Amino acid sequence: MTAFGTAAGRPLQGRGGSPGFRFTLYAVLAVVIMYLDQRARYLEHVRFLLQAAAYPVQLVVNSPPSAWRWIRESFQTRESLRAENERLRQRQRDLELMSMRYEALAHENGELRGLRDALPPVADRWLPAEIINIQLSGLRQRLLINRGVSNGVFKGQAVLDDRGLIGQTTHVGPWSAEVILITDPEHAVPVRVDRTGLRTIAVGGGDGSSLALPYLPANADIRKDDLLVTSGLGGVFPEGYPVARVAEVHRDAVQPLAQVRALALSHINSDTEVMLVWFRQGHPASPAASASSAAEVKSGNAAMQPLAAPPRASTAARAEAAAAGAAGAAAPPAADAPLRVPRPRRVPSPAPAPSAAATDDNPAAPQAPAPQPAAAPGESPPPADTPAEPPRPQS
Amino acid sequence: MTVGQMRFRIALTALVALILTVLPLPTWLDVLRPAFLVLTVLYWSINTPRAGGIGLGFLCGLLLDVFQGPVLGEHALALSMVAYIAVREHQRIRSKPAFQQSLLVFAALIFYEFVVFAIDGWTGHPVTSPLRWLHCLTGAIVWPPAAAILSYSEGRLA
Repeated sequence: MTAFGTAAGRPLQGRGGSPGFRFTLYAVLAVVIMYLDQRARYLEHVRFLLQAAAYPVQLVVNSPPSAWRWIRESFQTRESLRAENERLRQRQRDLELMSMRYEALAHENGELRGLRDALPPVADRWLPAEIINIQLSGLRQRLLINRGVSNGVFKGQAVLDDRGLIGQTTHVGPWSAEVILITDPEHAVPVRVDRTGLRTIAVGGGDGSSLALPYLPANADIRKDDLLVTSGLGGVFPEGYPVARVAEVHRDAVQPLAQVRALALSHINSDTEVMLVWFRQGHPASPAASASSAAEVKSGNAAMQPLAAPPRASTAARAEAAAAGAAGAAAPPAADAPLRVPRPRRVPSPAPAPSAAATDDNPAAPQAPAPQPAAAPGESPPPADTPAEPPRPQS
Repeated sequence: MTVGQMRFRIALTALVALILTVLPLPTWLDVLRPAFLVLTVLYWSINTPRAGGIGLGFLCGLLLDVFQGPVLGEHALALSMVAYIAVREHQRIRSKPAFQQSLLVFAALIFYEFVVFAIDGWTGHPVTSPLRWLHCLTGAIVWPPAAAILSYSEGRLA
């Protein structure tokens, strides 16, 4: 502030030291700030406040585009609205047809994994967020969205759209959050090739739509049009969400690594709305439990709070459980159903191994130790054909 | 003109420049967008080195950091460097005709972008695309009209 609070009449050298002195002062200050922000991470709170202060300017700056969008929407013709309505109706019908077998399949999947009941969906709650600013700075792939700590958003939260993964939050302010896109060169997603199960890492390509898979050996089984889904490693994204589709694979005889380029499935460039997702802690498919709990919604308008996921759990499966004498009344509503204890087996066999592996991955499930049937004292009694006592050693 | 008036005017132009800097634009236009805030700091550092100077550069740089810096302090350092050079050489720059001023501004913008580029690299957020240097050219082209507008604002408010 010394530059401002000066009398204009005095000679330049006479106030607050020479320019050289003041420059040294400010330069040292800037370097110290950089050090604190980069290395020591002391400035999280300062950044939080600054982001809050910057929010009005960002809103003002965004107002011409959003006003333009509003005007265009309100002058749409009846004909185009009808066409859009028709298209959405058709899409909804298709989606309903596609999800008709979801419950049965989820139940069947639970059966195959050796669980008594189907798992609830991994997405717990979600919240739509509006994109305020694309490209916060030229060549970086960032977004600014209008949801922040007051909506329960936390750092490192997954952001999706209706086609696939978009990115994760990096800086969260009180009312806004910065999202780093999966196409940013600084971002990497652990992915799995859906066809083969091959795991690798997809790094952003930096051009707004593509990702690179730089760590695949030249003989890796990957080809054009392979779907990449999140692998669930890395602790941010849960397992199984679509990320990208392989666009080209170059195998050079001289290079030890294949050069693979994939195109992101999400429509990053045309979206105006994205989804913030909270994942069920303790779900086998969820990322490893993080320190910031998803449950802490602090304050704010009720309309802007995340919505609970609709109860998707199979009524059929629950009815069946009740019929089997498994004290169906003990089954809590699906929205907050914890991980079910795997079905106990009379003879410890290799069969429960997959479920054990699935639950052991996940430290947040206290009742997870799979091979012990007497794990959960508060749980409903197991079906009649299983012993209540721990399995006897085989003789 | 009092110091208060001067301060107000500088803050106003800096705010306008900031808004122009963060205004969302399509990618191809965004690459061409001149660094308006840097030009503003340069103008005030050259023409009123007592009011606008290194401190102004530092504050505006900090603002830029909040909006688009990967690390706080990055643009602050680069802008105070540019402002320091401008304040030191303000008499020489001021007396030059517009075209030569543009060339000097071009050099200053290249220097500024290089500092930001280097810090980006050191802190692990590199942007290696050559497009990042393009704004220096448009900034130099925009300099004469921008300086005219700023001096008009100076004359009107005085």
